[in-house]
Amino acid sequence: MTRAQGNGRFDLDQATYDALVAHARSDFPYEVCGLLAGKDGRVARHLPVSNAARSMTYYEMDSRELLKAFNEMDDADLDLLAIYHSHTHTEAFPSPTDVELAFYPEAVYLIVSLQYADEPAVRGFEIVDGHVAERAVHVDGDGATAAAR
Amino acid sequence: MAIEVRVPTVLRTHTGGEKRITGDGATLQELIDDLERRNSGLKPAIVGGDGQLHRFINLYVNDEDVRFLGGIATPLEDGDSVSILPAVAGG
Repeated sequence: MTRAQGNGRFDLDQATYDALVAHARSDFPYEVCGLLAGKDGRVARHLPVSNAARSMTYYEMDSRELLKAFNEMDDADLDLLAIYHSHTHTEAFPSPTDVELAFYPEAVYLIVSLQYADEPAVRGFEIVDGHVAERAVHVDGDGATAAAR
Repeated sequence: MAIEVRVPTVLRTHTGGEKRITGDGATLQELIDDLERRNSGLKPAIVGGDGQLHRFINLYVNDEDVRFLGGIATPLEDGDSVSILPAVAGG
């Protein structure tokens, strides 16, 4: 498993975690993508966005849906917390393309890996100016990994 | 003539942290030139050396992607709103 320097945690409730994995599985083997919005680090809304590229190795959010999602966040006074996409054949670690095209330094980049179909993995990263730092994903009730670093 | 422009976080270093700015222009091109006069550094983040919009920048006029309108030549009217959003993409 590829590792990066740790930089804190990212909290996910179980329902959102399940929704991310379900979304990733829904269009396998193609990559899916979407946004998570919330307040004070707690996810309040899951906004799936179509992958306009519909590719197994690339995603690009549909531009109209992307704006609609941002307007929805504005209207609800929610912040962008995370940008997620799936890796259907590789691990949950940012690819060189993910790093190159990370234009949202304020968001946590979540990657849902379906490399091992029975063991989906979700990991989170900050990607700022080409530097990757891990934000350990904590799912509610996941006491074993709940210690903040 | 006033056009409201919504600026994404990543470009607010060019606007003194402002989320919304206003500019003038009869076309998107003119608006971008006007914004550049007021907020130096914004234009190169939006437009390439060839004068075209960057591949990974989405611009919208009244919520429509300008790629489906007239691109950088899209005409603007008083009261229009422009949004800038970097693409969300990766591998």
